[in-house]
Amino acid sequence: MVTADVETADGQTEILRRMLTIREFDSTAGQLFADGEIPGFVHLYIGEEAVAVGACAALDEDDYITSTHRGHGHCIAKGLDPARMMAELYGKRDGYCNGKGGSMHIADVDAGMLGANGIVGAGPPLAAGAALTAQLQGDERVALSFCGDGAVAQGQVHEAINLAATWDLPSIFLVENNQFGEGTPVEKQHNVENLSETAEAYDIPGFTVDGMDVVAVYEAVAEARKRAVAGDGPTLVEADTYRFRGHFEGDHQPYRDEDDIEVWRERDPIEAFKRRLIDAGTLTEDGYEELKSEVEATIREAVSFAESADDPAPYEAYDDMFAASIPEIEQFARKARTDGGESR
Amino acid sequence: MATQQTTTQNLTLVQAVRDGLYTEMSRDSDVLVLGEDVGKNGGVFRATEGLYDEFGPDRVIDTPLAESGIVGTAIGMAAYGLKPVPEIQFMGFIYPAFDQIVSHAARLRTRSRGRFTCPLVVRAPYGGGIRAPEHHSESKEAFFAHEPGLKVVIPSTPHDTKGLLISAIRDPDPVVFLEPKLIYRAFRGDVPEDDYTVPIGEAAVRREGTDISVFTWGAMTRPTLEAAENLAEAGVDCEVVDLRTMSPLDRETIVESFKKTGRAAVVHEAPKTGGLGGEIASIIQEEALLYQEAPVERIAGFDTPFPLYALEDYYLPSVARVEEGIRNAVEF
Ligand SMILES: Cc1ncc(C[n+]2csc(CCOP(=O)(O)OP(=O)(O)O)c2C)c(N)n1
Ligand SMILES: [Mg+2]
Repeated sequence: MVTADVETADGQTEILRRMLTIREFDSTAGQLFADGEIPGFVHLYIGEEAVAVGACAALDEDDYITSTHRGHGHCIAKGLDPARMMAELYGKRDGYCNGKGGSMHIADVDAGMLGANGIVGAGPPLAAGAALTAQLQGDERVALSFCGDGAVAQGQVHEAINLAATWDLPSIFLVENNQFGEGTPVEKQHNVENLSETAEAYDIPGFTVDGMDVVAVYEAVAEARKRAVAGDGPTLVEADTYRFRGHFEGDHQPYRDEDDIEVWRERDPIEAFKRRLIDAGTLTEDGYEELKSEVEATIREAVSFAESADDPAPYEAYDDMFAASIPEIEQFARKARTDGGESR
Repeated sequence: MATQQTTTQNLTLVQAVRDGLYTEMSRDSDVLVLGEDVGKNGGVFRATEGLYDEFGPDRVIDTPLAESGIVGTAIGMAAYGLKPVPEIQFMGFIYPAFDQIVSHAARLRTRSRGRFTCPLVVRAPYGGGIRAPEHHSESKEAFFAHEPGLKVVIPSTPHDTKGLLISAIRDPDPVVFLEPKLIYRAFRGDVPEDDYTVPIGEAAVRREGTDISVFTWGAMTRPTLEAAENLAEAGVDCEVVDLRTMSPLDRETIVESFKKTGRAAVVHEAPKTGGLGGEIASIIQEEALLYQEAPVERIAGFDTPFPLYALEDYYLPSVARVEEGIRNAVEF
């Protein structure tokens, strides 16, 4: 895998590619959901691409992340395969969770991706645990947890930050402030002006950065990572951003209008970074178009992979319940195998 | 619609929730709702639609995203004289508030020897069939029924929804009110416009029969009734009992029905192990052992997390599975 960074031309192209991949993946997922191909709920990351990509580019490949219900961007930024992700969205056996998790639970231990999360605020304690492991084992890994502005109201997020601060855990708490928790604006959920001020309560550094600027996010996280590895403990980074789509697909969005969105669309993180590279002479319009068609092809392939993958069989619901087999569960599974799900 | 007769409206189940809240909030200024996006946005399932405009921000309160805070605050209000109705967006998100519900709401009365009470109704949509895994589909009524001091209610019709919700709000003790989201909008039913109550703790016999008693609740009531009709054609006459209240269970109706039929099946979408099917079987053992002609058949969800999509239709008791289970008990 080409590493993404802000210094080299290849690294910059990789950053752009990842942001475009997220955009294309999520635009496609939105369409497929509307067409009834994808079950459940999908929460799209469109507009927020700079946050996941900037943050993950500043991490090492071995570092850990935890994600949220809006997790596709984090997965792609951490290097997960869009085809297996798409298969998971379809609920197919070849998905990252064998079709049992869906959009909100994609996880890949090998990639250091401890899971998207259907429970708002549940990721930070897991990241604290991964960071404590790294600390106890004396390796140089860092754990970064993404969470939303809404999640900062959850008790367990504060428990995690407090533990991490008290124990100087090599961790980074990245708050994606996209201005809303569902339909409720951030200022109606929090008393502080900037969520990064939360850091003061735990005596750790806290910064607010422009989350529409991938370089700004990268630099803040790179700095935080240095502190973490040096044994100086956690940092809270708030990235100011915006989701261009509804909270979930199908959201009627009574809480905002087109004009509100337009203001932020003008700061489109992909457009901004592309301009920057073109102005610096690192990228040409043609080069951009080429990159875009590559990305489109990747996502098209992801969709056909997902479409042609198999559904899990009914008895697979019983797989992986425990490490050892449990007679009761074996008995259920045997029955499911013999009637093969016929008796629906 | 409402003009044809002044006294009834034809509502969906979720509209009946809203109507119940509206009716009780109009009648009693101590009743208020709070939760995530319940105000201006009218709630994720629109169960509180329009209430904010009607009653204002002091009685329809948008909260930060914090279930423990929402329920804990509601308990504090309930203890000091208000009647809060907190909404949890999905039952699977109730766990941050589990401690407050179990350790405090359920115990304030006994712990204070009756000096504090907790007239609180925690509303949450529950159950599967909506093509979403885990937290968005689970059915964990047994967690709450297991806690002494809590009442647990699950309606299955629009009429009962409004009547039970009003009973729950007027109840002097805490009620966990679980709404079958699969059938929020599946059908309509007649609902009186005025206020009325359906008593907590009373089951409803939905279909009378002589061969077997089938106990169920919530979203499973409809497939169970359908299975009963199919079986009637094959000569099996089922009695279908919609329990409506999971705690306290209506032992009298359960036992009375069982004594008539001598056989029983329980249909629930929660995992089988530790589910309320076991409790119902025990009641039968305790009170009607000598009438029993077959083991109590439990037709339930799997002992797994609620699965996604491809496995969902299999996990949830279907009409075919219910028929098969009933036949097992009848042919024993
Ligand atoms: C514990 C819990 N409560 C409620 C929900 C329902 N829910 C899903 S996302 C969401 C809003 C999250 O807001 P935020 O943390 O800002 O993330 P964003 O959606 O804006 O990315 C809510 C209330 C949930 N998934 N988990
Ligand atoms: Mg948000």
